Amino acid sequence: MSFEPFTTIISQTLVLPATNIDTDQIIPAKFLSVTTKDGLGEHVFSNLRYNADGSETDHELNSETGKACRILVAGHNFGCGSSREHAPWGLTDYGFRVVISSEIADIFWNNSLKNGLLPIIIEPAAHQWLLDNPGAKITVDLTKQDVSLPGNHMTYGFNIDAFSKHCLMEGVDELAYLAGQADAIAAYEVGHE
Amino acid sequence: MTARTLFDKVWERHVVVPETASNPATLYIDLHLIHEVTSPQAFTDIENRGFGVRRPDRTLATIDHSTPTRINPDGSRPYVTDHAEKQVETLLANTREHGIETHGWESEHRGIVHVMGPELGATQPGMTIVCGDSHTSTHGAFGAVAFGIGTTQVGHVLATQCLLMTKPKTMAINVNGNLSEGVTPKDVILHIISSIGVGGGTGYALEYRGSVFEDMSMSGRMTVCNMSIEAGARCGMIGPDQTTFDFIRGRKFAPKNFDTACRNWVSLRTDGGAVFDREVHIRAEDIAPMVTYGTHPGMAISVDRTIPKAGTDADSGALDYMRLESGKPVAGTKVDRVFIGSCTNSRLEDLRAAAHVLRGRKVAGGLTAIVVPGSTLTKYQAEEEGLDRIFLEAGAEWREAGCSMCLGMNGDIGSPGDLVVSTSNRNFMGRQGPGVRTILASPQTAAATAVTGVITDPRTMETMV
Ligand code: SF4
Repeated sequence: MSFEPFTTIISQTLVLPATNIDTDQIIPAKFLSVTTKDGLGEHVFSNLRYNADGSETDHELNSETGKACRILVAGHNFGCGSSREHAPWGLTDYGFRVVISSEIADIFWNNSLKNGLLPIIIEPAAHQWLLDNPGAKITVDLTKQDVSLPGNHMTYGFNIDAFSKHCLMEGVDELAYLAGQADAIAAYEVGHE
Repeated sequence: MTARTLFDKVWERHVVVPETASNPATLYIDLHLIHEVTSPQAFTDIENRGFGVRRPDRTLATIDHSTPTRINPDGSRPYVTDHAEKQVETLLANTREHGIETHGWESEHRGIVHVMGPELGATQPGMTIVCGDSHTSTHGAFGAVAFGIGTTQVGHVLATQCLLMTKPKTMAINVNGNLSEGVTPKDVILHIISSIGVGGGTGYALEYRGSVFEDMSMSGRMTVCNMSIEAGARCGMIGPDQTTFDFIRGRKFAPKNFDTACRNWVSLRTDGGAVFDREVHIRAEDIAPMVTYGTHPGMAISVDRTIPKAGTDADSGALDYMRLESGKPVAGTKVDRVFIGSCTNSRLEDLRAAAHVLRGRKVAGGLTAIVVPGSTLTKYQAEEEGLDRIFLEAGAEWREAGCSMCLGMNGDIGSPGDLVVSTSNRNFMGRQGPGVRTILASPQTAAATAVTGVITDPRTMETMV
């Protein structure tokens, strides 16, 4: 596992306002038959980005500005559906480091944190502002756990559990942490068989 | 001692290192199910880092998602792409390498991973069960804490048999009373999801409680728990009882000391007076045969109703995609395909229900109906009862076990624009093929629809005996 430690991200937002964007839309099932993680960024949101004949649509995701965005703002209940980790792999491979919505599905949330993608659930007023102002340049500060919107100096906090924050900021690896508990696991197994 | 819920009891039994303010709990996993789609990168990750598989004996594998459901006349299997075939081969190679029991082509238990586990008796009350697939909640029907995980976590479990988890809240979904004639477990869960919403269960472990679930077969309970994730809940469970024990008894992995095991399992049931973080109450009498009309499972109505007004832009977008109009009855809409299968509704009981409707009838002209059993054993059992003859004589296709059209990864998909009535669990845009429109329903409704060619209330069809 390798991702850069995470502190502050300043970027324009790319906005996908639809609600309930599910993992089938993020990465359709036909791209799941890969046996590696590479190159999935090309296929994220492929139904928005490619015509039936394979040519590119004029969707913002295909533009240079879009590709430079590090922050994705999405409609309510983003990432619902399957447990495919191909969704966060694709989003990070595309270039996103943050996804903001007013509701984010559980499994997607967990999968994102494990792949250096910060999921942020933000209060409805801020969410609405973000939806209404696509392309806004905003600041996400993980240390302070807040998002600053430009113009009127609004700052909104967000929640993240202490452990995930620590892992993201330090680039700590959960597998190494778990492996460090080998003695406790072995002791548990003795009593549990 | 304070009264505890089923979930609390199972959770507490599996805590290796307790949760603190700054760290999640380390939770021990009793059973890890794996399949070809979400495991290859996990094996690569752990191997690259010098880990082996800690407990191959607590791991079971099968192939289901990318597998063809037809066999060529020469006996070969028509994989949809080379990638799909490579994925299957990779799974088989990985599990061979690590000594993991694998139900591949030669096993009668090969099939959808969530049909296989219970069929082998590997799924048992009080266990923690994970799989890189969100419908792992199915196994909660046995009183297990069972949930889907991502590939990184598949790697964690392979290497350490543990997961880092924070404890979710608990929600009781109480359904009491008597279900009306023609109302199936699928209708019950679609009703629940449409009541609490697709995000209504997010952050909760669900427990389905009340007389409706007590009276339900294991197959029905699995259908209900299967779709917990469609309400946003990672796991949904039902207290183990005699129905549960009778199902497990005699299966391959059933405990040797069965009566002792049963006594232990009974003690897991939620104590009287245990408090849930949230409770929902539904009257069984309010539930009718359900169909979805939108692009998520929460957009569901009774099949005899008219399509509701779109309350939001998202809803009207969904109706546009579905080419359905609010105010119009959903029944009577012309259908192109019917799919009977998936881990939601592909067990013997589901196939019997569909066959009961199709017996002596024909699939409507111009409509394609495919029936895909959940496992090879289910297929054999159905054939022993002659269900395959009923399907074939009706003009439906009878396929090899697998996920098939549930997500269409193996190439079993509809044509753009097709309206499909499907017994699966997700009606997301394009899931069954680009531009394909999916209506979720019970096997009875799907079979009735196959006969008439339009969405049909199964209660309006007389079944021939
Ligand atoms: S049948 Fe569908 S939901 Fe079930 S495991 Fe297969 S793809 Fe997933």
